[in-house]
Amino acid sequence: MSAVPSMKLPRWVELGMLPVINLAAALVVSGLVVRWIGESPWAALKLMTDGAFGSQEAIGYTLYYATNFIFTGLAVAVAYHAGLFNIGAEGQAYIGGLGTGLVGLWLGHWPFWAVLPAAVAAGAVFGAAWAFIPAWLQARRGSHIVITTIMFNFIASALMTYLVVNVLIKPGQQSPETREFAAGASMPGMHAMLGKIGVPFTATPLNLAFFLALGLAALVWVFLWRTRWGYAVRVAGLNPAAAVYAGISPARVTVGAMLLSGALAGLLGLNELMGSQHRILLDFPGGAGFVGIAVALMGRNHPLGILAAAVLFGALAQGGSQLSFDMPRVNRDMVVVIQGLVILFCGALENVFRKPLEAVFNFGSRLAARGKTDR
Amino acid sequence: MESYTIIVLLLAATLRVATPLVLAALAGLFSERSGVIALGIEGMMLGAAFAAAAVSATSGSAWLGLGAGVAVATALALLIAFACVTHRGNQVVAAMAVNIMVAGLGPALALAWFNLGGQTPQLDGAGQRFGAVLWPWAQAAREAPFPGLLYAELLSGHNLIVYLAVALVPFSAWVLYRTRFGLRLRAVGENPHAVDTAGISVTRLRYEAVLISGVLCGVAGTYLSTAASAGFVRDMTAGKGYLALAAMIFGKWKPWPTFGACLLFAFTDALATRLQGVTLPLEGVVPVQLILALPYVLTVLLLAGFVGQAVAPAAIGVPYSKEK
Repeated sequence: MSAVPSMKLPRWVELGMLPVINLAAALVVSGLVVRWIGESPWAALKLMTDGAFGSQEAIGYTLYYATNFIFTGLAVAVAYHAGLFNIGAEGQAYIGGLGTGLVGLWLGHWPFWAVLPAAVAAGAVFGAAWAFIPAWLQARRGSHIVITTIMFNFIASALMTYLVVNVLIKPGQQSPETREFAAGASMPGMHAMLGKIGVPFTATPLNLAFFLALGLAALVWVFLWRTRWGYAVRVAGLNPAAAVYAGISPARVTVGAMLLSGALAGLLGLNELMGSQHRILLDFPGGAGFVGIAVALMGRNHPLGILAAAVLFGALAQGGSQLSFDMPRVNRDMVVVIQGLVILFCGALENVFRKPLEAVFNFGSRLAARGKTDR
Repeated sequence: MESYTIIVLLLAATLRVATPLVLAALAGLFSERSGVIALGIEGMMLGAAFAAAAVSATSGSAWLGLGAGVAVATALALLIAFACVTHRGNQVVAAMAVNIMVAGLGPALALAWFNLGGQTPQLDGAGQRFGAVLWPWAQAAREAPFPGLLYAELLSGHNLIVYLAVALVPFSAWVLYRTRFGLRLRAVGENPHAVDTAGISVTRLRYEAVLISGVLCGVAGTYLSTAASAGFVRDMTAGKGYLALAAMIFGKWKPWPTFGACLLFAFTDALATRLQGVTLPLEGVVPVQLILALPYVLTVLLLAGFVGQAVAPAAIGVPYSKEK
């Protein structure tokens, strides 16, 4: 082992400073790409910040996008704690949304308080079902879950295109969409809810699902750190061999964690379909499953971190679409580049800045220790 | 068309579809045999496809495009090696980061440079694409069905990269099993400590392996945008890197079985393309989405190991540190 007494960083550096430095590095490289394209990074940054936080409308949209990313970020994080890299949140959200959407189509005439539990259950069950096969194959056959979940994204996409175009499409219509949900399957908007208690807020797609997502984040925290099952998940993720000795079955954890992960991702439809689109249409997850990977990695797989990272990526999504209006040479693909860079710096290259930081902090603590012995 | 002609054309199509898979699968093989997970081949291919199409469109030379494709894929490989080997980062995360970044970067740069909505211009000028190489007397041989048609369609008439991919299979097998480098490469994927004890640099070997996979992905990506089609479009690899990886796992990390698995994938794909719009006796018209999903379903089935357990290199995915 190394000779340096403690190579551990203080908690606030590990959870606060390091992610900020990694994010800053990702943003600097993104700025270089914008410059390469021939636009000013500063102007782009200003446009994006204004577009994401500059008005009530901007904030509403930012939090609306963030809601999607909380669902998928939590999904990726739960799997990650079990030592599984779930790339399939995109497909699970797509199929989960089908469940929610079917409830909206078939039960929309019910009152909202009756539709909501059905929609939550359907989204969770459909999402979990889509995660089940890759999970089972990983647990029983050792099939690489990264590849199988990616394949299930492609299969989900083909299946949904078939269902929407050939089966669920509103008759007598060209565009691939279902009919609109009835009123009972519509999430109350934030402006309506705030209006009731006398707070004016601009009408945006931000809706009740945002609070559901916040509640889920708390539940995930309780699950992971305050229950036996959560403990089993974390043990199996950190050390499968130790888990076996402790009487935990890694195979069962794999399947259980992936079911939970798929269920969380599957709830995206509550926000996207019942909150905003009010119908099933093609490709409604819009890459949120992949953003969830970046969100989970940046948030260090902790619910609080995920909330913060989700708001950041919500701001990127909203600011990015504003940016593409004002800078025609920059389109929304730029946001995907930034996602990739965030995953790179916060995930793969996290050790690059950790080592210098460790050197600095260990130098500091050694100085302090010497000060004590001298006295 | 008589069935013989159909079969010959189907086999020729199989070979063309298999080419990028074979190159990518060999890329994965070198990387994974050294102990570095090769999920990044998807992004390296996509990056090369964009670079090759962009350079070929502006310079008018497919060969310069190939150079650019290989350069970009190698640079991405270097990035992955830097993250995974030098800094011992999570290999799956590094690969996915590159894949997602490239998926955005290609269309973003294409929009800024060519203003065609995230595509590169159509490559239709002379020399902008890798064209078919006609073997001697191929035209004349076509008249005689057997073996003339076989010669004209299956052996002759492909582009250079197709022949290169096929030739690389025995070459890779030779490198892996008959050279000192190959022995060390296989050893470093199984037991890096032993390699290190023998005084050979683990870091250097893994860098070399990942760079080789970068070069191969560069060729594969170039094939996609300048030979198989005429230009770069968004997400044009469509998971081919992952399919290739599945083929490699199915081929148990060995060149010849991997080649066979790639051909199987490609044959399914070619067959499915033929079935498009065809009315089957009982089922009616096959939905196009089912045909599109077929390679992905096949991948899952193969990975499910219905054909025997695959054993990965022992040290795969584990960053090497001398201290332990």
